[in-house]
Amino acid sequence: MNIYEEALIPKIGVVTDIRIDTPDIKTFRVVTPDGKKAFEHQPGQCAMLSIPGVGEAMFSITSSPTNKDFMEFSIKKCGCVTEWLHSLELGQEITIRGPYGKPFPVDTDFSGKSLLFIAGGVGLAPLRSVINYCRHYRDRYGKIDIVYGSRSKEDLLDYKEIVEEWANDNGVNVYLTIDNPQKEWDGHVGFVPNYVKELNFDRDKIAVLCGPPIMIKFTLDALQALGFDKKQIYTTLELRMKCGIGKCGRCNVGAKYVCKDGPVFRCDELSELPDEY
Amino acid sequence: MQKISRDKLIKKASNLLNSGIVRCVLGWKRGEFDYDITPNVFTTEKELIDDFVWNDFCGANLSKYLVSKTQGVDGKILVFLKPCDTYSFNQLLTEHRFDRERAYVIAVPCEGMADINKIKQITNEGISSIEFNEDTLSISTLYNEEPIKIAYDRVLSERCLNCKSKKHVVYDELLGDDGEILESNRFDEVEKIEKMSSEERFEFWQGELSRCIRCNACRDVCPACTCEKCVFDNPESGVENKASANSFEEKLFHIIRAYHVAGRCTDCGECSRVCPQNIPLHLLNRKFIKDINEFYGEFQAGEKIGMRSPLIDYTTDDIEPNEAVNRRDS
Amino acid sequence: MVKFSCEKIDLVFAEIAKTAALYIPSNDKNNKAVFTKWQKGTKLCDSHNTQIGPKDLFFPQTEDLMAFKASNKKIEIIDTRKESEDFVIFGVRACDVKSLEILDRVFLSEPRDSYYAMRREHGIIISLACTRPSEACFCTTFGIAPSEPGADISVWKINNEFFWQANTKRGEELLLKIEHFTTPAEPSEVEGEKQRISVLMKRLPLANLSTNGFGKGKTNELFEREEWAKLSEACLGCGTCTFVCPTCQCYDIKDFNTGNGVIRYRCWDSCMYSDFTKMAHGNNRNTRKERFRQRFMHKLVYFPENNNGLFGCVGCGRCISKCPVSMNIVKVMKKLGGNV
Repeated sequence: MNIYEEALIPKIGVVTDIRIDTPDIKTFRVVTPDGKKAFEHQPGQCAMLSIPGVGEAMFSITSSPTNKDFMEFSIKKCGCVTEWLHSLELGQEITIRGPYGKPFPVDTDFSGKSLLFIAGGVGLAPLRSVINYCRHYRDRYGKIDIVYGSRSKEDLLDYKEIVEEWANDNGVNVYLTIDNPQKEWDGHVGFVPNYVKELNFDRDKIAVLCGPPIMIKFTLDALQALGFDKKQIYTTLELRMKCGIGKCGRCNVGAKYVCKDGPVFRCDELSELPDEY
Repeated sequence: MQKISRDKLIKKASNLLNSGIVRCVLGWKRGEFDYDITPNVFTTEKELIDDFVWNDFCGANLSKYLVSKTQGVDGKILVFLKPCDTYSFNQLLTEHRFDRERAYVIAVPCEGMADINKIKQITNEGISSIEFNEDTLSISTLYNEEPIKIAYDRVLSERCLNCKSKKHVVYDELLGDDGEILESNRFDEVEKIEKMSSEERFEFWQGELSRCIRCNACRDVCPACTCEKCVFDNPESGVENKASANSFEEKLFHIIRAYHVAGRCTDCGECSRVCPQNIPLHLLNRKFIKDINEFYGEFQAGEKIGMRSPLIDYTTDDIEPNEAVNRRDS
Repeated sequence: MVKFSCEKIDLVFAEIAKTAALYIPSNDKNNKAVFTKWQKGTKLCDSHNTQIGPKDLFFPQTEDLMAFKASNKKIEIIDTRKESEDFVIFGVRACDVKSLEILDRVFLSEPRDSYYAMRREHGIIISLACTRPSEACFCTTFGIAPSEPGADISVWKINNEFFWQANTKRGEELLLKIEHFTTPAEPSEVEGEKQRISVLMKRLPLANLSTNGFGKGKTNELFEREEWAKLSEACLGCGTCTFVCPTCQCYDIKDFNTGNGVIRYRCWDSCMYSDFTKMAHGNNRNTRKERFRQRFMHKLVYFPENNNGLFGCVGCGRCISKCPVSMNIVKVMKKLGGNV
C-alpha cells in the first residue's frame, strides 16, 4: 500500500562491480535490479546504503552525474555497515535511497572559474564526482589543479583513472603525494598541506577540500597563507546520520543539518557555525 | 523535619573549605521552588550561604558523583552523606571506583525524605511554598487561602518508610548523633509479589514495565551502575538498544540490570525515586536482596568496605542450584 | 459554540467513540494522568496535565518503518505501513496543542514523514483550557494562551458545564455528531473564565520568565558561555527530559532481526545520550556539557533560527517535574538570559 511517498523507504540496488582500490577501500558499482541508475544526482550529493539487519549509512556518490548508467561508491572499511559491504559478493542486493544534501555549486559559483581540488585519503571519493563532472564540461571551467595525497602509493584511490585519464587532459594538472618515501615511488613525498604551500597556487581560483579533519585544518591554513579568502574555499562535513532528511536530529550543528544543508559548505559559512563538527 | 539545621552543615563545610582541608563541597542546591533540588559542587563559602540547602527534599544520593568529581584533581572533596548514602559510598569503594583519600565524608543524620509526588497527590499542582515544621509540612498553594498541613508520615517516600538503617557505615565526621540499623518491613511488598501466581506476577510486571520509556534515568542515577560503557549503549555488545522492539525486550533491560547489580545493590532506592513513569524498580532489586539473605545468610551490600558479595564468593555451605526452585515450588 | 452539563461527558465520549478511537486523560493505577483509550468506565481525571504529552499518539516511542526479507543475494522490501485509524484526543492543553505545531514543522516539512502525517490527518484534537495551572507552567513565556487552547475544538470547563467551540471543519463535523447532547452557547459565556485564567497565569511563579537573550542569531553569544559547565554538572545524561518533552523529536533507526526477516523500526532518541553522534571514527560531542548544551541551544536558538523565531519549547513544565536532578530549561534560561 502506498499512501504517501516515504523518503525512508529505500529502493533495491544490485552491486554489479567491485573494484579493490586500496587495502581498505573498495569501489562498488550499483544499479537497480533492471539495470538502470537508481536516481539522478548532482556532484557532491550522497546516498543512504543499507544492508537490512546490519544497518544503514550515508556515503557520497563517487561517480559523476554525467554517468547515466550506474552509480559508484568508494567506501573505506571502518564500521559495521562498511565491513559488511567489503565482504559482499557480486550480484548482492542492497538498499539505496537518496540523493541527499546540497551539491557543489558547479553550475553557479564554479562556473567559468579555475578550480583547485585538494584531497586526502578516501576524501577523494566525493571529489571524484565533481572532478569528472568538470572534466566532462571542460569548457565551462578554467584551469583545473588536483592535489591528492595518501599514506602510501597503495592507498591512493582511483590511481589508474588519475594517471591514465585525468593527468592526460588538457589544462588539468595532477599533483600526487604520499606521506613517506617508498621504493617504487618517484613522485612527491610529504603531507598535503605542505605540498599545497610548496606549489604556491595563485589565488585566482576556487579551492575544494576533502579529507581527514586534520588535513582540512592545516590545508585551510595553507590556503589562507597563499591569500585565499574563506569564500573561495569549499569543503564537506561528515557527521553521524540516520534519516538523511533533516529530521532525526543527529547531524545538527548550529541551525544547520549536515544531511540537508551540507555536506558541502563554503568555509565562510562554516565559520559561522558553532565549533562542533 | 530534619533535626540538623542547614546552618550547621554550611558552617562545617565553610570551615573545612576555608582551612583548605577540602577543595570543594558536594551538596544540594536550592531550585526554583522549595522541592526541586540539584546536586551541586560548591567552591566558596558565599556559594554555600546563597544556595546550599538541607531539607526534606535532599533525597539525591551524592555518592556516585564522587566517581567523576574525584578524577584528575588533587585535594579532597567534602561530601554530605545520609545513612543510606554511606552504603553506596562503601560499595563504590569496594569496587575501586574512586580513591577514599579524595573524599571527606560528613555524615548527616536523616529523618526521612519527603516524596513530592505524594504531596501533590494531596495538594494537587500549584504549590507556591513549603514550610517545614516539627511533624508537619505546611504547603501553600496558588489555589488555597490557607496552607495545607500534612503530617510527615503521609508523604515520606516509600524507601524512607521502610528505612533499613539510620546508622552511617562510614564517615570522617559525624554531625549530631548516629542512629541504629533498623528492623524494616522492606520485604513486605516483595512477599506480596512472591505470593502471586506466575500469571499474576507476569501481569504485574508487564503492567509496570510496559510504561518504561527507556530514559535510562534508573541506570544513570544508580551508584551500582558505574560501567564506563553500559552494554545497552555499546553497539559492539550485540544487545545495544534504546527502545524495546517488542514486549519481551521491554523486560529485558530492567531484568538484566537487576541481575547486574544483584549482590551490589545497597537498596538506596534512587532508581524508583527518579523514574518518571513511577515504576517500582526497587522491588526487583529487593527480591534479589531477599533471596540472597535467605540463601546465603543476611548480607547488606556496602556495610563494610571490601566485603565480598555471596554471589562472587564460594563456600562449601553454599545453597545448591536447584534449591531455589524447590523452595519456590513447595 | 455549544455547551452541556458535566454529567453528560461520559455520554458524549461514548458517542465520539462510536466512530473513532478516543483518548482522554485518565488516572492510571498510580493515580497519574495518562492519555488512555476510552472504553466504558474510563473516567476523565481532573489532573492539571498528563505525565507525557500526546506526542506518542503521533510519533510513538517505537514504530515499525518497513520490513525486509532476504534470501541468497535478493532483498525484498515490504511496506508495512497501514492507514491510521481515525482517532480523537480529548483534553489536550494549550502547550501540547502548540507542541504539535512544532512537531509539524519537522515532520511535515519536505520530504514529509508519512508515518506522522498519516496520524496527523486521522487525529482530531480537542483541547481543554487550563483551570489550575501548575507552579511549573510557563507557557505564556512562549506566547501561548492557555485560555485559548485552539486545535480542532477548544473546550472550557466552567463550574458544571463544558463549552465546546469548533475551530476547524473537522471540529464542526464532530460537534454535529454530539448535537443531541448539547445546547447552543454564546462565546460571551466563556469570557469570564478566559479572564480568570489570564489573571491566574500572571500569578504563577515563572510568569516573568522571558525569552530575551535567546532566539535567532544568538548562537555565537551563547555557545561559548562558561555557565554551561556548571549548568550541566549534575546532569546524569539520561533521556528523561527528552522523552517527557512534547517537542523533542530526535529519533534513531534500527534494524531488528526477527529470525524470520528484518524489521526496520525507529525509536525516540536523545541528544543527551553519549552515542547519539558517535561515528566509527569519532564523536563531535564527546562531553556531557556539549550534549547538554546542544539540547537547550536547539530549543532556544537553532530551532527559532530555522522557524521564523518559533521557540522549540512550549513551557509545559514536564522537564521541571521529571528531571532526576531538577535541572531544566527554566534554570538554563535564568542563568544565561539574565532573567530574574
